[in-house]
Amino acid sequence: MEQKKIWQSFGELNQSEAFNKDVKDEFKEELPFVAEDGKSFLEAKAPRRDFLKYLGFSTAAAAAAASCEMPVKKSIPFANRPEEIVPGVSKYYATTYVQDGDVVSVLAKVRDGRPIKLEGNDYSPVTGGGTSARVQASVLDLYDTARLRFPTIDGKEVTFEAADNSIAESIKGATGAVILTSTITSPTTKEVIAQFLAKFPGSRHVTYDAVSYSGLLLANELTFGKKAIPSYMFQNAKAIVSLGADFLGTWLSPVEFAKQYAAGKKINEKSPEMSKHIHFESVASLTGSNADEKFLHRPSETAAIAAALLSAVKGSEVSIADKKLKEGIEKAAKALNANKGAALVVSGSNDVNVQVIVNAINDAIGAYGVTIDWASTLNYRAGIDADFVKLVEDMNAGSVGALLIHGANPSYSWFAADKFNAGLKKVKTTISFNTKLDETSVLCKYVLPDHHFLESWGDAEGKSGYISLIQPTINPLFKTRQWQDSLLKWSGASADYLAFVKNYWSAKVGGETGWDKALQAGVINPSLALSAVKGSFNSSAVAAAITAATSGKKGGAVEIVLYEKVGIGAGQGASNPWLQELPDPVTRATWDNYVVVSPKMAKELVKIDLNNNGQADAYEVNPPKPCVKVTVNGKSIELPVLIIPGTQENTIGIAVGYGRSENIGKAAAGVGKNAFVLAGLSGATVSFSADATVTATGEKYPVALTQTHSRYDTAQGNRTEVMKELTLAEYMANPKEILNDREEELKPYGGIEKFEGQGTIYPVYNRPGIKWGMSVDLNSCNGCGACVVACNAENNVAVVGKPEVLRGHEMHWLRIDRYFSGDMENPNVVFQPMMCQHCDNAPCENVCPVAATNHSSEGLNQMTYNRCIGTRYCANNCPYKVRRFNWADYTGADSFPDNQEGIVNDVVLNMNDDLTRMVLNPDVTVRSRGVIEKCSFCVQRLQEAKLTAKKDSRPLEDGDLKVACQQACPTHAITFGNANNKESAISKVRVDNPYRSFYVLEQLHVLPGVTYLAKVRNAEEEKEAKAEKKEEKKAEKAETK
Amino acid sequence: MISYRSIAKTLLLSAVLLLGSLLATNVSAQDGKTLFSTNCAACHAVNKRSTGPALAGVEDRWPDKTKLHAWIKNSAAFLKTGDVYANNLYNEYNKTAMNLFPGLSDKDIDAILGYIKSVPAPGSEKPAAGAAAPAPEGDNSLLFGVLTLVLAVVALILLRVNSNLRKLSIERSGEASEEEIPFWKHKSYIALIAVVLFIVGGYLTTKGAMGLGRSQNYQPVQPIYYSHKVHAGTNQINCLYCHGGAQEGKHSNIPSVNICMNCHMSINEYKGEKIYTEEGVEVDGTKEIQKLYKYAGFTVGKPFDASAAKPIEWTRIHNLPDHVYFNHSQHVKAGKVQCQTCHGDITKMDEVKQFADLSMGWCINCHRETKVQFKDNGFYSIYEKFHQDLKSGKIDSTKGITVEKIGGTECQKCHY
Repeated sequence: MEQKKIWQSFGELNQSEAFNKDVKDEFKEELPFVAEDGKSFLEAKAPRRDFLKYLGFSTAAAAAAASCEMPVKKSIPFANRPEEIVPGVSKYYATTYVQDGDVVSVLAKVRDGRPIKLEGNDYSPVTGGGTSARVQASVLDLYDTARLRFPTIDGKEVTFEAADNSIAESIKGATGAVILTSTITSPTTKEVIAQFLAKFPGSRHVTYDAVSYSGLLLANELTFGKKAIPSYMFQNAKAIVSLGADFLGTWLSPVEFAKQYAAGKKINEKSPEMSKHIHFESVASLTGSNADEKFLHRPSETAAIAAALLSAVKGSEVSIADKKLKEGIEKAAKALNANKGAALVVSGSNDVNVQVIVNAINDAIGAYGVTIDWASTLNYRAGIDADFVKLVEDMNAGSVGALLIHGANPSYSWFAADKFNAGLKKVKTTISFNTKLDETSVLCKYVLPDHHFLESWGDAEGKSGYISLIQPTINPLFKTRQWQDSLLKWSGASADYLAFVKNYWSAKVGGETGWDKALQAGVINPSLALSAVKGSFNSSAVAAAITAATSGKKGGAVEIVLYEKVGIGAGQGASNPWLQELPDPVTRATWDNYVVVSPKMAKELVKIDLNNNGQADAYEVNPPKPCVKVTVNGKSIELPVLIIPGTQENTIGIAVGYGRSENIGKAAAGVGKNAFVLAGLSGATVSFSADATVTATGEKYPVALTQTHSRYDTAQGNRTEVMKELTLAEYMANPKEILNDREEELKPYGGIEKFEGQGTIYPVYNRPGIKWGMSVDLNSCNGCGACVVACNAENNVAVVGKPEVLRGHEMHWLRIDRYFSGDMENPNVVFQPMMCQHCDNAPCENVCPVAATNHSSEGLNQMTYNRCIGTRYCANNCPYKVRRFNWADYTGADSFPDNQEGIVNDVVLNMNDDLTRMVLNPDVTVRSRGVIEKCSFCVQRLQEAKLTAKKDSRPLEDGDLKVACQQACPTHAITFGNANNKESAISKVRVDNPYRSFYVLEQLHVLPGVTYLAKVRNAEEEKEAKAEKKEEKKAEKAETK
Repeated sequence: MISYRSIAKTLLLSAVLLLGSLLATNVSAQDGKTLFSTNCAACHAVNKRSTGPALAGVEDRWPDKTKLHAWIKNSAAFLKTGDVYANNLYNEYNKTAMNLFPGLSDKDIDAILGYIKSVPAPGSEKPAAGAAAPAPEGDNSLLFGVLTLVLAVVALILLRVNSNLRKLSIERSGEASEEEIPFWKHKSYIALIAVVLFIVGGYLTTKGAMGLGRSQNYQPVQPIYYSHKVHAGTNQINCLYCHGGAQEGKHSNIPSVNICMNCHMSINEYKGEKIYTEEGVEVDGTKEIQKLYKYAGFTVGKPFDASAAKPIEWTRIHNLPDHVYFNHSQHVKAGKVQCQTCHGDITKMDEVKQFADLSMGWCINCHRETKVQFKDNGFYSIYEKFHQDLKSGKIDSTKGITVEKIGGTECQKCHY
């Protein structure tokens, strides 16, 4: 069969020299057996004496350490043990992750009084138990050493009482007090604010979102009369067209949308059916990478494309010059029209006109009432840019008497921060409730830090009608106070916020018992699922919008798009080391922001031709990347360049959220540059794209890119043994394609059926009892990275910092490999989560000289840290490159404290602070320097589940356990369980998907325990292309004959 | 010279063998101790009559070793053979039937008997030296050591005699004698001594290194003289009443003050048998209860307010390294293992000391021998093959399904 080329890096695409050398080695660096003068260690001066010195010292040190007496340990029980707390047994409390309008219902795992892990709350119909990378990482924020520990006035510590008195004095009779917040989804908080505003006449509440959705809100006001965002229901859409909305990664409510979207992408093998997703974008995004078909355009063309799509949907001619784009729009219109009443168009634009046109398209294709629902609104973003612009003007005019800030951080994220800062100086009373001394708080007179959400009471209504409650899972760590309590106090209320929340909800859910129940479940859902509401579409604004859209000026030679990263967002994740070290799904870069350019632009801008082996290697293998200077409206920043296929050739992209103040944490200090300054006002809304000039500076800057790490060789060289991908059309035509391929490949060893026994000289072991197995559905997986962070949190995976990532030393047990196929300028992208495959015939086990890694009777490839002596033979022999070596004492596990100062960077040292270490999972060993580690299939969870079953005297059931990655996944792409049990989900997945199941590198006969379900893309084109290719090849063959 | 060499070799070999045998007895006596405390200690003491007879000298009392084995394995069946000694014994102890131990192999029984033999008679040991009691097997090694030393000296003397005689004979025959080398400068001797020192030193170093971090028999002084003997022994309070966590989770928690006060609100003074510390000083039980009251903030006659209590800083005795996962409920609830198996005869300890060395070898050994609740616990119903093999007799039903058999000695059962 004709194989399509799948590639991970440019070197692989070109089969370059460096790539071919690299894939043979596990470790990128030569071992440092070289003395400083460049000679070999053995030839260096007096190596023998040095050796004896080291030997003598280490023996003496070991003897000294050993002769010390055993320390006396104390065991201090509770004085009065609460009945529900059993030391060593985790409890789960339902609460809610809230951050600047984002809402995800979660369960907090509390172990001995410390929340150590967040899990999705299955009771929430909004998220269905899914989480995101940021949700998973937020538990680390609780133990952030940069959190403010007490209230301050002018930077000096005070008591809350003193602060209250001083503030009461200061705001007495203040006119024009303003509460400035990020979007608030809490109904009770809104009431608290209303009470406060009522107490201070002339005061108002301004909502400010760092990444604004004003365009969408205002467009809905124009067309539906409501300044709100309706619910989207991707699960009902058979055709989805997205105009740059990254709804799987960062747009509005990605966890919710990822779940809905995956519903349309999961296939029943017997009657395959999928939604069709066509994506238009300028810079490669997570959602674009998952699209069935993707078309690239310049950001300035967005409005024109929307208008063209509207006219195409209505049957008119498309008047777009670009051939590919025109084709795309026609295709999108065709798909939408074919699925009228089951189609959906979304746009990520902040331009009111674009959103009005999108609404018109949705109206034309009958989306309202089916895929868009006005019965409940999405409340995640509510900020209107014009309100904030007015506030800044008022502040500068001196008409704002007091400013109370919660969540918002305009000094960092407002493009004209200087103006805001100047205005702030003219406000008499400035109060910040932010938890850290961020860019805005540092300028405020009073700083009264709020609790972390895991210490708070509260509620959140991200989607109206669906309430999620917040309860504290730990006593406040520091002298902080919930900001609602402050507001209540200052507005003279007698009740505190807890009583307020409790009264508010008790009245609605049937008193005390109802409240207790709701708190236990964590959510209050509508008793009946709300029936969809169409809303009444008012088309009067559409014509004007089209005129405005089509008359827009043409973009310059180069345009810039500012985008959010999945992990960092608008800067909220910048201080979180887990998120900084999470490779961006699309670019695979960590610890930095950079300028994303297309291969074509790279050729002109920085003179790198990816088709030229030498240049591609020089770019890809060496971490230092060429830097460019980007100038927009006179403001400029310098950043390194990353070449990402799938980016429009005249467009560059820069992620916001970087370049933050070092006050918010060691992880944020000196990382990247702030790209918010490049935004600007376009009409009444903030525009995140603009014309730009880009010039190469000639300098280089290292970017910690994990794309070229963990590469592995395949026998056939085209990676089809690793990643199987096909189109729906191909699948329909020949469902058994993959199965037949496998059968053919394994024919010399007895075929699939007899492969296990005949493909080896090793004996076949039977597994009595349990055999653990995992299956990953590549159709559901969208590469969001929630699993990666969940794995970090569950398994105490160390953060290694940028210098170590640069050397290929990252420790992630689970990585998401990104594969390209097809056209270099606009390729298809597939994501493949790769973790230890727990091979039944594992190559790593045979080579360990001390049997530190071996096989369990339950099919686990076990790693025993305390037996490992660090030869790294196993890592070298692993065909999947999933073993990780502790090159340094990243976790501070070695006996001498701070012995790694100067070896690992500040971020890593900070992760070993007593406070930060509270996040560690006590059931998992903290690995020390010099040992290998890898995915254990969360063996601690397996053991716990088995014990629970044993205590109940019953066989293990599916519901007893979920591994961390499986639990975190918003799309339920991962299935895990006992493959020996015919009734288990994992057995069923394997039985139900015989055609799509495959093992990575199956013919090696390592017998992996992880099956993958091949990616099926709902596109027809490739088949034609392939047929052409086939013919070409035939012709070639004929020629050679 | 050749003869010296062969002698040196023999000596070396015997030294190695000797050390080897020392190690071997060490291991089996250790096993025997564990087996004894698991299976026998509930009814028997070595030197004291308890529910059953004192076991010291049991092998000498029984006429035949095979009979003794048969009796231990299945006393009821053995009684039916009409053995006179057994029936007399049965009657002497008020016809209290001895438990059946089909699970003990002959090797196990020998190990137990070996252990019983190794326990010294009560007179030979000072009563207060419990804490620092020499390991029972120490006596033997000392004996062997002295013996080896004597033999070595004899061998040395003989060698000297031999060489002198040879020299004499050479001189007599008139041949030129070699120059005399004193034996302390003789290379062979130096080499021999070096080898012996290396082996002995290596053995001691290894043993010492393996013992690092282990603290068998650790018996610290606690803030309150809390006697387990009085509570769990005399008053027969169930272990789990106070250490309830042992059946629920990982830790068998030390009880909080409010648990103590459940009883001690009404029990204000100690009226039982006199209790003594390890040093033989009498302990005033009532005073110790007063110490508890101080922590609890309790005054007799007034109501107890648990919220005013202060925690007690006990000194921790049992410590496992951080890379070991041990779950009490796994053993207590799922495995139905008695607390005494690992903690020793806690009902007889006033001050608790660490009974087992908590080494990995000790854990593994138990996992190899202990049977899981294979038939009783529904969890194991999925092991269909084992059930069939048990039925068909493929698996010896007396041995049963041990923890090892279902993977209980694999690394990631305890290390993750």
